[in-house]
Formats: sequence, structure tokens, C-alpha cells
Amino acid sequence: MSVGRTLFAATLAGMLALTMSPASSQTLRYANQGDLKSLDPYSLNESTTHAHLGHVYQGLTARDKDLKIIPALAESWETPEPTRWRFHLRKGVKFHNGDPFTADDVLFSADRVRNKNSNMQTRLAPNVKVVKVDDYTVDFVLPSPNPILHSAWDVWYIMDKKWAEENKAVEPTPVSATSPSYASLHENGTGPFIIESHQPGVKTVFKANPNYWGKMEGNLKEIIFTPIASDATRVAALLSGEVDVIEPVPIQDISRVDASPNAQVLKAPELRTIFIGFDTVRDELLYSNIKGKNPFKDVKVREAFYKAIDIELIKTRVMRGLSTPSALMIAPELFALSKEFTRPKFDPDGAKKLLTEAGYPDGFEVTMDCPNDRYVNDAAICQAVVGMLARIGVKINLLAQPKAQYFAKVLKQGGYQTSFFMLGWTPSTMDSHNVLNDIMGCRDDAKSSRGEANLGGYCNKEFDAITDKVLVETDTAKRNQLIKQAYEISIKDWAYIPLHQQALAWGVSKKVNLPQRADNLVMFHWATKKE
Amino acid sequence: MLAFTLRRAVQAIGVMFAVGIIAFSMFRFAGDPINQIVSLDTPAAERAAVRKSLGLDDPVPVQFVRYFADAAQFKFGVSYQFRQPVSTLLMERMPATLELAICATVFAMVSGILMGVYSALRRDTLLAKLFQAVSLIGISLPTFLIGILLIYLFAVTLGWLPSFGRGEVVKLGWWTTGLLTLSGLKALIMPSITLGLFQMTLIMRLVRAEMLEVLRTDYIRFARARGLTTRAIHFGHALKNTLIPVITVAGLQFGSVIAFSIITETVFQWPGMGLLFVQAVQNVDIPIMAAYLLMVSLIFVTINLVVDILYTVVDPRLRATVGRAT
Repeated sequence: MSVGRTLFAATLAGMLALTMSPASSQTLRYANQGDLKSLDPYSLNESTTHAHLGHVYQGLTARDKDLKIIPALAESWETPEPTRWRFHLRKGVKFHNGDPFTADDVLFSADRVRNKNSNMQTRLAPNVKVVKVDDYTVDFVLPSPNPILHSAWDVWYIMDKKWAEENKAVEPTPVSATSPSYASLHENGTGPFIIESHQPGVKTVFKANPNYWGKMEGNLKEIIFTPIASDATRVAALLSGEVDVIEPVPIQDISRVDASPNAQVLKAPELRTIFIGFDTVRDELLYSNIKGKNPFKDVKVREAFYKAIDIELIKTRVMRGLSTPSALMIAPELFALSKEFTRPKFDPDGAKKLLTEAGYPDGFEVTMDCPNDRYVNDAAICQAVVGMLARIGVKINLLAQPKAQYFAKVLKQGGYQTSFFMLGWTPSTMDSHNVLNDIMGCRDDAKSSRGEANLGGYCNKEFDAITDKVLVETDTAKRNQLIKQAYEISIKDWAYIPLHQQALAWGVSKKVNLPQRADNLVMFHWATKKE
Repeated sequence: MLAFTLRRAVQAIGVMFAVGIIAFSMFRFAGDPINQIVSLDTPAAERAAVRKSLGLDDPVPVQFVRYFADAAQFKFGVSYQFRQPVSTLLMERMPATLELAICATVFAMVSGILMGVYSALRRDTLLAKLFQAVSLIGISLPTFLIGILLIYLFAVTLGWLPSFGRGEVVKLGWWTTGLLTLSGLKALIMPSITLGLFQMTLIMRLVRAEMLEVLRTDYIRFARARGLTTRAIHFGHALKNTLIPVITVAGLQFGSVIAFSIITETVFQWPGMGLLFVQAVQNVDIPIMAAYLLMVSLIFVTINLVVDILYTVVDPRLRATVGRAT
């Protein structure tokens, strides 16, 4: 078979001849499991997209490596009166196409971000008036004081008014549009990188901006981003040196990456809090064998569930040590007084006793809703909880589904159809008020947005009154005390079972030095790469 | 003949319509796309507005009719995640998938036939037994496992081949090709082998069986009696007669190569239609899912239709019976 032999020899020779072409220095290749879908900074409120676009666009404020708010396009700001914020804009900043950055662009961006097609409307309330004082001064006039007005503005990216008008991109692309808008395929920011080419879902190339107004800390000249959805392939690409940074590294591959000679895993607690909640609103649970009453309305049952969960076991076995058990519904980095709270001890005997006192000596049956592709090891955590609750006699029927089905069932538009669930939450404002209002506030007022993500419907009017005070209190120390009071009430009510903050895991080549920020935004303008 | 062709065409349209109904009703259970479009803390009023603008609150039959009317004009709507027309996205991704499918088929045909012929002619040699063992692996190992094993061997351990992507591509009009650059060719090797391995096994076994069968027939014996060289008998007569069923099977398999490229494309992050489909499923991007399913069924139906018609052209016996027996 000479033909076969020749073919085989040719293939082998070909394979041997092909060696990996060396990456040029200061070009960083990055793979993430998710895509960069649209370049329009207002079309998707999602952290990976914010991170990508943060290389080309900038907000008035920014957050440093420790998440502290620092000036960016605004040089400084003050509050002459509690309801008036004055921002002094940076002079001499140019957009990538050369247009100067002025107050008009801020006013334009304020309108655009509040447009009905924007996915970022929560960044700026509709009743805030934005006033141009002069070309480099802008006032934000509020109906009532708001000490955290600018807390989520690091990802409210400022766009060029003139460019948007010239390219008919004054409105963000509506979801029902039949053709993409110019802004979703092109960018014109003020940031340290310029997007050179963008193929959605395939590859995006960022080049350093030679006219950047600031000083870039890192030394990268180019970033090549490729989405790689398959976990095994993403890890293989890092180990073989074809990419320099991957996010995330699956938990089971962390030790293998660390053992490899050319890469390591950067680990840190993430800001997302994973927690368990109960339906405390309905008079009879939707999915339970107890009829005519709702056992979760009894605070003793909730306390029993809390105490039956061995969080340390979840940490060591399910999360392989990569989680931080949490006493609060917010990450310790985001609340100054977190240290004053400790998690109640694991106490299965006490839990069993509480359940007996509540009138369920033999436990009961309830269905638990859980996503299986949203959080780190989500379904495995739920399985562990099922086993732990079985020990106090509660039989859990676990319904672990992909996030698409899970969210459709448990969220507001699905009618909060759940009796017992697991969810994760990162406050977009990096502040407790978002947690107190969105996931722990009463949802009985249909007109208010309070409690929209409160899947279990926990409701305590005293708690809500404090939340309202938190919103307008401008003195930080007093505000923290109020937040602390609110958390104390919810803990006394055993409202939710906070589990842990999961860990971030970035796979990074040993040639790359990259600071890791706790909000999981991979920011490359701080990165340096060695030859 | 014309009546037969027409009947087959009508049947094909019927199949397409049935696929459309199944696909459309399946998506009703795929989850709520609104959750994928907006973030978790988006207020309900904003969600309702998005739902309305997409026409998702219309009755199901209305949505269905609207969808089919558009699909007949190759308008598949706009992808929820990319905010681009689905037809544009599919056209962009099609060259990658077709190139991979063609390379995989060529690989499967060439090595399948060579291995099949060899193991039929030299049944008892060690190499033939090795081929048999390889074919067993090809049949029994799942595609994603083969892909990952190849990646670990050739990309991570040996560092010869890239583990993902298409490499550098060259644009020829709207078509993009990786066949003209070194990195593009390197990137093609492992995905083509992964995708083609199953077909290769199939072809090898088919060629081997057919070849053994043909070698026992009378005309081969007569050829030997006439004193023809072994080479002429094996390749001039036996192999040629073996190839007819092989080509039929390979042609029919081409459709499934395209359809099964979903897994290979996911493993190798190959930017083709299959990967687009998988991402669409994860994100409940219904317009892409529906368009992809319709397109794959269109490919299958077309290939089958062409094969059916060709058979009647080639084989007069079929033509005589179709009047009664279809």
C-alpha cells in the first residue's frame, strides 16, 4: 500500500514541520467562556460585557483595584447641597475618532442610558435632572438625597454625542430591530484601547490607543479575545500556551493548572453571594405535602433549616475549599460592618428539636428549585443541602434545571413559582441598599420596584422603613448603622440562608501579571506581560 | 417520471413543514428568552416592554404563522443575543462548517477506502487487525472524547497543533477559508479527524465487506482465469464495483456530518453554524435555533430527494415500480 504509506508519511512530516508560531510580546490572548455580543455599552447589563467594553469606554468615575471609586472622565465632584451633585469634567480628553469630550456628551449619555431601549436604565433614575453648567461642569439635580448616586457609574460609559448622531446611533439598538445599529458593531470611546476588529462570537482585537489621555499602567500593545465555551478546551488552550489568560477555570481543573509549568490560577472570593430562600407569602406552598398551611411562615422552621446546613462541609467537599461562608446577604468587601456578624453554628440536633416544636416531628416534603449552569457547582450545592435536610427528616425533591428554565419559573414574570430555592446575587451598585431593596424588600406594592427579585417574598415593614432611611442618609457612619439594623432584623427573622461567596478563578500565564478585582471584571490596562 | 418527482417534492415540503411545527412547539418549552436578553435586576415593566416589542405575547398560532411566512422568504428574524439578522449570522458561519464537513468527508473517504481495501486483501496481517481495532474505537468512542483526547495529545502535550479556532482565514468574497494559510490548515487537522472518524470507520467496514463479497464473485474468478494481474483485478474491477454503495452512503452521510459538527465545533471552538446553534440553545436564542433546525432538515431533505431521483434515473427497475409502490 504505497499510497497509504506515502499519505501517512506526508501527514506525519507535515505535523512535525508545524511548530507553534511564537506570540509577539505585549500581545495578550484572552479566552472567556462567554461572548462579547454587542459593542453598544447600553445594550446589555452584564459584567463580562462591561469588562470588555471598559477597555475602550470610560465612565465619569472608575473603580480601582480594590473597588474604591476614583475619578475617570470626571476629575472631581462635590455635593454643594444633598440633592445637587456637581461633576468637574477632565479637560483635553478625546474620543477615539478625535472628537473632544465635553459636557454635551455627558448630557447625551444621560439621555441615552435612560432610553427605553437601554438595558442600563437603573444607572440613572428618570427623575434626575442633568444640567450643563459650562463645557466642563455638569450638575445632577435629584428629587431627594442619594448618597450612592455614582456608585454604579464606573460602568455607565460615556459616549460621543456627535459620533452617535452622525451614525444614527442616538438610541441603543431596540431588541426588536431587524438590523444592528452602528454602535453595536463599532466603538468610539475615550479608553486606553481601540477595537480594531470585532467578529461577534469569534474574535475581537483591541489595540492600545496611542492618544490615550491617561497613563496606562500595563504594557500591552494588543489584546486578542476569543470566546471558548468548552471548559476542557479553554484549559487546554491555556496549558498549551495558545492563550495567556482564561476566565473562569473550572474548579476541578484548578490543581492541574497550578501544577503546570507555565500557568497558575488566581483565586479570590467573588462578590456574589449564594443563598437559599423560602416562600413565606403563600398560605399554602405550591410544591409540598403540607396542605392548608405554609410551614415556612413559621420562623422556627426557617431557623431549623438554617441550622441543619453544614456550610463547612459544603466548603470543603463541594467547593473544594474555594468559597467563603457568609453570615450576610452581601459580601464582606461591600459592607464595612460585616465583621460584627457571625454565622450561627451548624446544629442538626437543635434543628430537629425546632422542627418538632413547630409541629413537624417527622419533617415534611418540599421541592427545591435550583439552577445547574449558573453558579459554581450550583446543582452540587443543592444536592448537598438535600442530604443535610434529610437528616432532620425533611424530604427535598430537587428540581435542578438550566438557568433558562429555572429563571423562567422562579422570577417575577414566571409568577415566583417556587417554594424553596437557591439564588446568587451581586448588588450592581456595590452597596447594601440594592440587597435590602431588591431581594429582601416587601413585594406587596405592585407599583414599586421594591422586592422584584425577592423570590420568597419575605416581608417586614419595619425592615422596609429602615431601607428607605438608608437610601437618603448621607452620613456614612449613620448609614452603616442603619444597614446593620436592617440586617439584624432579617437575621432575627431567619429570612434567608446566606451560604457563601464563591471564588473567582482566573487562569493566568506565568508571563503575565494581572491584578484580580473582586467583581470579576478582567481589566487588562493594569496587566503587564514579560517577553 | 415527472409525477414521481413532483410527488417526492411535495413529500419533501411536507417533511419541512412537520419539522417546522415540531421545532416551533419545542421552543415553547426552552425557557423564557427575556431572561437572557435583560439582566436579573431589570424591572418587570421594562421586561414586559421587551416582550411586547418581540411579539412574544401574541397567541402561539399567530407567532407560528408569522414565523413561517418570514422563513419562506429566508427571513429568520434577529438573534436575541447578537442583535443581528439570523440569516447574516448563518451565512457568516456557513463557510467554516462546510469547509470542516468537506475536509472530514474527504479524510473519511480516503483513509476509509484505503484501510478497507487493505484489510480486505490482507485479512490476516497485523496492520489489518490494527485497522479493525481502530474502527472499533471510531464506532464506540463518543466524538467529544476523541476531540479532547486529540487536544491533550497534540496541543497540550506535544504542542504541534492549535487546540481551538480556525487560525488565520482568507476572505474570498463572502466566503472565508482557512485552506490558504498554514495556521488555517493546522487548525483543520484535528477537527476534521474528530468529525470524520465515525464516517471513516463506517466506510472502512463497508469497503471491507463489499470487497470480500466482490472478490468471491464469478467475474473476478474469470478475470483471474484470463490471467489479469492481481493489481488490475483488485483495483480495476473489484474496487470499482465496491465504490457504488460507498459513494451513496458517503453522500447520505454528508448531511449528518454537517449536523453532527455541533459537537466537534463545540469542543474545538470552531466558529461554524453548529457552535452558533449550541450557544443559541444555552441562551434560548429561538430565532437561531429555529433557523438552524430548518436549515439542517432542508439539507437532509434535499440530499434524499436528489438521491431518490438519481436512483430512478440510474436504475430502470425502480422506475417501473414507482407507479404503484411508493
